[in-house]
Amino acid sequence: MTDTPRLELIDVHKSFGPKVVLNGLNLALSQGESVVVIGGSGTGKSVMLKCILGLLHPDQGRIRIDGEDTVDLRGTERERILTKFGMLFQSAALFDSLTVWENVAFGLIEGAGMEREAARIIAIDKLAKVGMGEDMAEADPAGLSGGMRKRVGLARAIATEPDIIFFDEPTTGLDPIMGDIINNLITECVQDLGATTLTISHDMSSARTIADRVAMLYGGKIIWAGGVDEIDNCGNDFVDQFIHGREDGPFALEVT
Amino acid sequence: MSNPLAAVGRIFLSFLATVGRLSMFTGRSLSAVVTPPFYWRLCLQQMMTIGYYSLPVVGMTALFTGAVLALQIYLGSARFGAESAVPNIVVVGLTRELGPVLAGLMLGGRVGAAIAAELGTMKVTEQLDALITLQTNPFRYLVVPRLVAATITTPILVLIADIIGVMGGYLVGIHRLDFNSAVYLKNTFDFLEAMDVTSGLVKAAVFGFLIALMGCYHGFNSKGGAQGVGKATTDAVVSSLILILISNYFVTEAFFSQ
Repeated sequence: MTDTPRLELIDVHKSFGPKVVLNGLNLALSQGESVVVIGGSGTGKSVMLKCILGLLHPDQGRIRIDGEDTVDLRGTERERILTKFGMLFQSAALFDSLTVWENVAFGLIEGAGMEREAARIIAIDKLAKVGMGEDMAEADPAGLSGGMRKRVGLARAIATEPDIIFFDEPTTGLDPIMGDIINNLITECVQDLGATTLTISHDMSSARTIADRVAMLYGGKIIWAGGVDEIDNCGNDFVDQFIHGREDGPFALEVT
Repeated sequence: MSNPLAAVGRIFLSFLATVGRLSMFTGRSLSAVVTPPFYWRLCLQQMMTIGYYSLPVVGMTALFTGAVLALQIYLGSARFGAESAVPNIVVVGLTRELGPVLAGLMLGGRVGAAIAAELGTMKVTEQLDALITLQTNPFRYLVVPRLVAATITTPILVLIADIIGVMGGYLVGIHRLDFNSAVYLKNTFDFLEAMDVTSGLVKAAVFGFLIALMGCYHGFNSKGGAQGVGKATTDAVVSSLILILISNYFVTEAFFSQ
């Protein structure tokens, strides 16, 4: 096993006008590791993912994928790096103009240049992995429930068998049972692929199911990181308040 | 108390910033037009959506515009005994001006709004981000097919509109104004020059490009939720209609000076 982290963020800063969102963020994920970043709304979790993917350009800092600095990559070089990634978006972000199987196969057809028929076979297989039958393949994504959309999004995220997968609040908006189903599907799929995963979530149940390691983002930087089994006794007041969902604590003090 | 000069300066700077963003967007779009991959299937789909499905509204507009034009010209020319000029003025007015401009305005409403709403919704639901993570350039996948389809199909639509418009004028001329059918048609085609049609088709291509460009630009730059998409749609329609009218003058001027 190599010492080079699969994904590494070093002193990443990002501001929008006067609002500082990321303020010296450091985070490293090793091969096959599953890290869940927790934190309140508006703390920059999604901005962190967008900076890694190149959707936003950090103001300062380095982002390394397999040791390669990617911050300034553009065009085909950026597309080459993106082949390593899969992503499940919070809203699933399915393409309404395409059928379910075309959504799942999109990265294979448009990204990898695979023939449609071969890609369809893989898409059906990935849909089966997330518990959806072939009869759903021709369905219109707009007619699917939230849970079904997440499943299709998950199938799309794993279709190209990426090295690194991001999950943006995978259980938000789902009932607890469907949330648990999605968590288990994520765990199974990731174990099958041996992928490195970075999840952002408010859902502690989800974090405990998915994570090897949990990191808390606050004030634009990681204020605590540790194993999922350490989180209940971490001794960090912010983490303690967050995981127990208490009104009183350092977060409340900031609000007032 | 705010300084009025500062307010004017802010508006001017904001205008320059918008022009800069639009110029960069146009440059990226044109660059994507000439670099592979090309999504031919999507281009054909857009040609159907923009061209074929716009035929009824453009056809109806042209038919009644031609008819009204014949009536109005007849009423006006009767004042100085020049009623026989009706076919000539109808065909020139339609092919050079009213065909492309009215078709452009109708398409600006129908197509510009549809493009902005679709792409704006894709933006706010993270579908554009999803495209990028799936190694697909949104300019090549979404903008180029719409630009190419609109630029190609609008002249075709205008050509059809010209024919339908002349037919509208012909029907009114024959049935309402008692023109002789053969004379009306002879006056129409004898007077018509290739440049009349060509200039109209060039205008149409420019209008089609502008409509698609404004729809894509405002869709890509929409913010927020439903309200943001609504604003993007309104901005796309308004800006494309204004640009059609402005560019119409300059294209006309270019042909007029030849």
